[in-house]
Amino acid sequence: MSLYFTKDHEWIRVDGDVATVGISNHAQEALGDIVFAEVPDAGKSLSKGDDAAVVESVKAASDVYAPVGGEVVEGNAAVGDDPSLINRDPEGEGWFFKLKLSDPSELDGLMDEAAYREWVATL
Amino acid sequence: MPSAHRAFERTGGVTESSENLQKLPLDGWHRARGGRMVPFAGYEMPVQYEGIMAEHLWVREHAGLFDVSHMGQLLFHGPEVDRALETLFPGALLILKDGRLRYSMLLSEDGGIIDDLMATRRGEQFYVVVNGATKEGDIAEFEKRLPRTIVMDHMKEQALLALQGPEAVQVLDAIVPGVSELSFMQAALFHWDGKPLWVSRSGYTGEDGFEISVSSRDVEALADAILADERAKPIGLGARDSLRLEAGLPLYGHDLDTATTPVMADLTFAIGKRRRAEGGFAGSLRIMAELENGAAQKRVGLLVEGRQPVREGALILDGEGNEVGRITSGGHSPTLGRPIAMGYVATPLAGEGSALTLEQRGKLFQATVTPMPFVPHRYFRKQGA
Repeated sequence: MSLYFTKDHEWIRVDGDVATVGISNHAQEALGDIVFAEVPDAGKSLSKGDDAAVVESVKAASDVYAPVGGEVVEGNAAVGDDPSLINRDPEGEGWFFKLKLSDPSELDGLMDEAAYREWVATL
Repeated sequence: MPSAHRAFERTGGVTESSENLQKLPLDGWHRARGGRMVPFAGYEMPVQYEGIMAEHLWVREHAGLFDVSHMGQLLFHGPEVDRALETLFPGALLILKDGRLRYSMLLSEDGGIIDDLMATRRGEQFYVVVNGATKEGDIAEFEKRLPRTIVMDHMKEQALLALQGPEAVQVLDAIVPGVSELSFMQAALFHWDGKPLWVSRSGYTGEDGFEISVSSRDVEALADAILADERAKPIGLGARDSLRLEAGLPLYGHDLDTATTPVMADLTFAIGKRRRAEGGFAGSLRIMAELENGAAQKRVGLLVEGRQPVREGALILDGEGNEVGRITSGGHSPTLGRPIAMGYVATPLAGEGSALTLEQRGKLFQATVTPMPFVPHRYFRKQGA
């Protein structure tokens, strides 16, 4: 299992050929109180960079992009039911969706956790 | 963070960069309390401290302290100052008693709203509080349109605090005895620690509370004294916006602008009875005709189905998909736990219960016109006052 991050503050946890995607703790802090989340349905095909999910806080609406391409195997119904889960546990229970990687080489060039935390500290 | 469609901007329609922003007298005080500072109305202002939701709910249950020192505080005096201001405002100022205040508007000659404001008779003078983003333009209007015999003083040395919420009266009366005697929309001079305070029982949250004009020199000590009471917490702009939306109160630059009139904005309560009959204020011909026949559009409140906030700029559609209006403010209501909005809609569709469709980023939402406020006002009105 390996963990990657993007400069859009998304994280990707890869287990075999399945990637779980969510937003980082830094992202949820910047967004503030999250009041709405919409995640993709299983079966949806996403290319890297597609709009994949929507997250809205009291102050702003944001898109979550697919950081890698693949077919969605599960959207997290729990964050749709209780969006504040993303504030409470952004890098754990507050994940957005899981997809089956179509091209694992798309992971190349993403940051590992140490590089991401170091970069975020400079923002 | 994930790419934002719209960062938090309540700028009163003014494009802002991080340059040339002014600092509030309490700038360091906000930062020391964890205030997250953002550009607003030409100032760096705290959008939140611990979080918008928690701050919002705190004001509805306890007492919240807001720094609104960016707003313009103006003092007018001169012969028949009330009559002079009545040429620009539709409110009945001649009959306003000493120490009473009224919500009003500065109107253009065609009846458009240049700003909304509070006007208080203060002895021989009128004390007028205008919005921060519009104050310089307002001052230019007053200079141009009032008679030369009327003198206007922009009280730049004064800060302005608002203390709002059901416990505001206990918090403030404990350090400024007597303020609990004020009724809603009444004001008087008080002293705290020997320093003069102009205290009004008013605000923009729908709750009971006060607005306190205090010298910039003394504002930090006063803010500390208020927050020494654990019932009071500092509250940022984010919650100020969601509180006033729940209270159905329009925000200038969003829900009001020079293209809207008091009738379109559903603010006819602010047009005095005598003034409706006599006119004699800027734009009165148009406004009196709109009072008689209705305006083409009207500001309404909307309950939005589902959970997703529908925000400023969304389209309002009729049953055939024709655009019949626009959302001017919208978001999540922390008190109701659901999305609410206000906007302008063609008057025939503005009745209570009218079912409308909203369109935001290609997605459709169902909404129903509902009376405002969304959350009942809890102003303190003294018996017989």
